[in-house]
Amino acid sequence: MNENLKHRIKARILKALHLVALFIAMAIICVPGLWIVLNSFRPTVEIMAKPPVWIPSELNLDNYRAMFGAVGEGGVPVVQYFTNSLIISVTSTVIAILVGMAGGYAFARYRFKGKAGIFIGLMLTRAVPGVSLSLPLFIVMAKTGLIDTHVGLILVYVALNVPFTIWLIDGFFRQVPIELAEAAEIDGCTRWQAFWKVEFPVARAGIASAGIFAFLTSWNEYALASQLTRSTFSKTMPVGLRDFTSEFTINWGGMCALAVLMIIPALILTFIVQKHLIAGLTFGGVKG
Amino acid sequence: MAQVQLRSVVKKYGSLEVVHGIDLDIADNEFVVLVGPSGCGKSTTLRMIAGLEAISGGEIAIGERVVNDLPPRHRNISMVFQNYALYPHMTVRENLGFSLKIANRPQSEIDRAVEEAANILSLSDYMDRKPGALSGGQRQRVAMGRAIVRHPEVFLFDEPLSNLDAKLRTQMRTEIKKLHQKVQSTIVYVTHDQVEAMTLADRIVIMRDGHIEQVGTPLEVFENPVNTFVATFIGSPPMNLLPATITNGEVAIENGPSVALPSAFEGKVREGQAVILGFRADNLMPRGHSLPMEGQHAAFDMKVNLSEPLGTETLLFSSLAGREVQAKMLNPRPVSPGETLPFQLDLTRCHLFDAASEASLR
Repeated sequence: MNENLKHRIKARILKALHLVALFIAMAIICVPGLWIVLNSFRPTVEIMAKPPVWIPSELNLDNYRAMFGAVGEGGVPVVQYFTNSLIISVTSTVIAILVGMAGGYAFARYRFKGKAGIFIGLMLTRAVPGVSLSLPLFIVMAKTGLIDTHVGLILVYVALNVPFTIWLIDGFFRQVPIELAEAAEIDGCTRWQAFWKVEFPVARAGIASAGIFAFLTSWNEYALASQLTRSTFSKTMPVGLRDFTSEFTINWGGMCALAVLMIIPALILTFIVQKHLIAGLTFGGVKG
Repeated sequence: MAQVQLRSVVKKYGSLEVVHGIDLDIADNEFVVLVGPSGCGKSTTLRMIAGLEAISGGEIAIGERVVNDLPPRHRNISMVFQNYALYPHMTVRENLGFSLKIANRPQSEIDRAVEEAANILSLSDYMDRKPGALSGGQRQRVAMGRAIVRHPEVFLFDEPLSNLDAKLRTQMRTEIKKLHQKVQSTIVYVTHDQVEAMTLADRIVIMRDGHIEQVGTPLEVFENPVNTFVATFIGSPPMNLLPATITNGEVAIENGPSVALPSAFEGKVREGQAVILGFRADNLMPRGHSLPMEGQHAAFDMKVNLSEPLGTETLLFSSLAGREVQAKMLNPRPVSPGETLPFQLDLTRCHLFDAASEASLR
């Protein structure tokens, strides 16, 4: 057989195997999500059936209808939870990004005393397991009266996210050549204008990705929120999932329906911001 | 009027002084090139003129104004950076018009100025592209366009050609020279490439270790270097330097032949003084392949170790007194390694430097 043909066949087989392997990996990753979506549309009998039913015999919106229905008939205050989640996540993300930008810029551009120490200190806070914070946080919040408030949870999430956003944004500002700001200053900008008109737009992709991470952390966080919230006034959606458990039963269908409502905004946000995540925005401005 | 004046300008980083009180007067419309090896303080000096580095002492004036503490935006200068520093998120048009937009000029004026700059630098075809979609030479031109749009009093260039390949570099060099003739303004240009310095400058400023070694027109610094550093830095190949002693009124090359004392140095050296004899490859040529040497000259034989044919001439590497010297051969013929040729040294073009201070004895 022709040697070239042999290599061509080999390359094609490898390519096919590659695709099959990718498909299997993706399937494993996606199955739990798909299972939740599927379960939200069918009755508990079918969800709990053994062996599992993969092809549903009947799909309906009963779980959604019940969830939005009256309390006592399986209803939960979805809209209130959703609003709480949104207020807490958006506010804490905005604050974390603003602080992250200021901090990241300072670490990337300025030299000051104890810089390395402060940076390592910030990173070390990331090494503390979140759950170990729950008791001290609970005591602090209880003493300051911030239990069961939006502000309390916002503070906690800002504290959790700031080291991470600083670290990420610092990295992106480091990639923006310092000459860009200098060129802007020579072109007539003040230091402040040079930042907002040149450095910020160039680093925008990185800041957007830091924003997504911060938002998803706050949006999905369960352990601390379950300690620090009590009532519908401040419960977030992940905590709201527990409303479907009662002493002897768990309403899996309802839980899945609420989980789907949680996933949707996160998905939409990721899609919107995705176009800002295109890498390589900083290429081309400098060097030949 | 936009002359630039530096008065005892000092730059310190903490306790480390990198520029040691330099004085420099740059006339209106003059093209001045700061040249020197890396770390000589030339870029720092330029950045101090630009206002990107604070000065630690002395005084800088642009026009009649002392600008020591003014931020860059109030100095009416523009600068072309080594890595171009184009704004990657803006099109070429926006890059060119950015400074005018910041100054809140009316759109019609911005359009006109951008169009004018684009025509001067033939950028009109790329106006809506982003810098990422341009070649190195095009980016270089956009960077220059951004500088000229504002009609500043002074242009500052920080090694603008060092990222280009050799051919493009020569081409852009010519364009910069033409640009200077067109826009008539003061230019301070930093480079480490002495060829760029020679070809572009009205006056060259040669710097070393934070000091100015010599200021002069390209021919002055080439013909009359004040010390051995300038002698070897300016001109290619570098000047040949041989240690020698003044003996019996002649220049006795260490372990080599003695040559007559060049008449230009009569009365300027004393018997027994240790000196350095300097001469360029252009003034050491094999007999029959040289320029006519009618004045004072010396003759001796040398073995050729290596030859580099350059077309119109051949560069010869030989040994004289145990040191490698470079010579030139006009109307070249092939030379085989090891061949011994009779050489002539034009003494009217030779230099003598003091061995201790390395300063010219002229």
